Amino acid sequence: MTANASVNTAKKDLHLGSKLLKIAVWVSGAIVASLFVILVAFILIKGIPNLSLDLFAWKHTTKNMSMMPAIFNTVEMVLLTLLIAVPIGVLAAVYMVEYAKKGSKIVAVVRLTTETLQGIPSIIFGLFGMLIFVYSFEWGKTMMAGVMTLVLMILPVIIRTTEEALLAVPDSYREGSFSLGAGKVRTVFRIVMPAAVPGILSGIILATGRIFGETAALVFTSGTSIGRTFTGDPTGPGCTLAVYLYILWNEGLYTEQAYAVSVVLLVLTIGINALSSYLAKKVGKKNG
Amino acid sequence: MLKLKSKEKLFKMLFCLCAFVSAAAVALICIFMFANGFPAMAENGFFKFLFGEEWRPTAGQFGILPMITGSICVTAGAIIFGVPLGLMCAIFLAGFCPKKLYKVLKPAIDLLAGIPSVVYGYFGLMAIVPIMQDIFGGNGKGILTASILLGFMILPTIISVSEASLRAVPNAYYEGSLALGATHEQSMFKTVFPAAGSGIFAGVILGIGRAIGETMAVAMVAGNSAIFPDSLTSNVRTLTTNIILEMGYATGLHRQMLIATGVVLFIFILIINLCFSMLKRKGGKAQ
Repeated sequence: MTANASVNTAKKDLHLGSKLLKIAVWVSGAIVASLFVILVAFILIKGIPNLSLDLFAWKHTTKNMSMMPAIFNTVEMVLLTLLIAVPIGVLAAVYMVEYAKKGSKIVAVVRLTTETLQGIPSIIFGLFGMLIFVYSFEWGKTMMAGVMTLVLMILPVIIRTTEEALLAVPDSYREGSFSLGAGKVRTVFRIVMPAAVPGILSGIILATGRIFGETAALVFTSGTSIGRTFTGDPTGPGCTLAVYLYILWNEGLYTEQAYAVSVVLLVLTIGINALSSYLAKKVGKKNG
Repeated sequence: MLKLKSKEKLFKMLFCLCAFVSAAAVALICIFMFANGFPAMAENGFFKFLFGEEWRPTAGQFGILPMITGSICVTAGAIIFGVPLGLMCAIFLAGFCPKKLYKVLKPAIDLLAGIPSVVYGYFGLMAIVPIMQDIFGGNGKGILTASILLGFMILPTIISVSEASLRAVPNAYYEGSLALGATHEQSMFKTVFPAAGSGIFAGVILGIGRAIGETMAVAMVAGNSAIFPDSLTSNVRTLTTNIILEMGYATGLHRQMLIATGVVLFIFILIINLCFSMLKRKGGKAQ
């Protein structure tokens, strides 16, 4: 009788524990969701009223604090970085997936270094970029020094996403191509790569997000000077939008403008994420 | 035919070359950082640099112990705030979240991962700092503020890596546990969660790496005095912020000592990375 009772209470306790766990799990989900809502709402509410046409004037002056040059610098930075990093990253992934033998030492080394590269914080990239490009190569603080630094930073992202995209291409594609007499290079470029394009693109967009949100790696490489207008000269200095926000904080005088810049950065992040997940979904559908 | 073969070989070499760019980059980063940092450290004295308690560049005193302490404090704080919440949220996403909610929540968490750290910094400065001022007085900046913000920032990393490892646990584990009479919650927490252990731990370590390497957001909310923190609300300077704050105007030995600060941070990161890779391999083998 007593034994029975204790079993019963134990069971009840277990159920109570389960209930508590369930509540705890739901609460933490709710906390994370509300943190997200608070962050986005805060930036939008504080920022949108501060958006003004002055901030988008073509010429930057200390009066209007226009972010237009910074926006164009950002676009240039993204394009140049992708132009260099994407071919290297994609071809590296092709080697890892299509050429290297399983368990080969080369793959192990490349994988380990890619992981290491991914874990290095941006401030270290910034220091390295400053030491090698700005001082050793004597480029000075230029867009190009920033671009080269960012290339190294986003390379792991591109390699990893391209690898995944290539692995998702069914082997029957390759076999079909080989059986029709195509060589390996032809098969890779004509058959495998086109099938992997959406996946590769979603990686590129992810990398774009990292480039335009980057600050610590750029402050010492492409510099913190905001020119009067956008010049587009890669051998000149130039700050991106995120760096511009950092400058505004550093000067401590332009809180309203900083709010506005935050909104622009947030909206761009949302756009990039939406585009990336749309493309990723497309890949999923194709293979699923 | 011969021409075709040489073309194939040429391309293979090109691909291989590209694959080695990342290896070369890591090697170059190590060489440049160490070659620039160690001589300066030696000049100043390793012991005096690592365990010196005073950072006074104008007086030629370069001790980074306060910054090492600062980095460890805010990272530990970020773990306290971010890890339990992140893990619970990962369990929620993997085992409890209704599908419709998941479709909204998952992209939101991905978005959190993509928001630039300067924007987080501004959010911390404008939203968290005033609250801390009201509660504790002072300027509202310091270890606690930085810890909360960093905990928030590492959430997406911890959640997505942990969720992926929870989902990678074979369904048979969960079903077996249910068949033995355990509830859904018990099965998730006592069977699936331990089975995903090494993957989850890898996610936590990745988050720690993020926290210790974060620069901009910390610079905005940590207060940045190069002193030993004596309470949770005292201003603090980390290894990363030490570099970003002073590199702009530093010259000579001062600049070299900042690079040496970067080297110390780099060594921390390499150790963390090594742990992460080892855990990931172990997790991969177990499954």
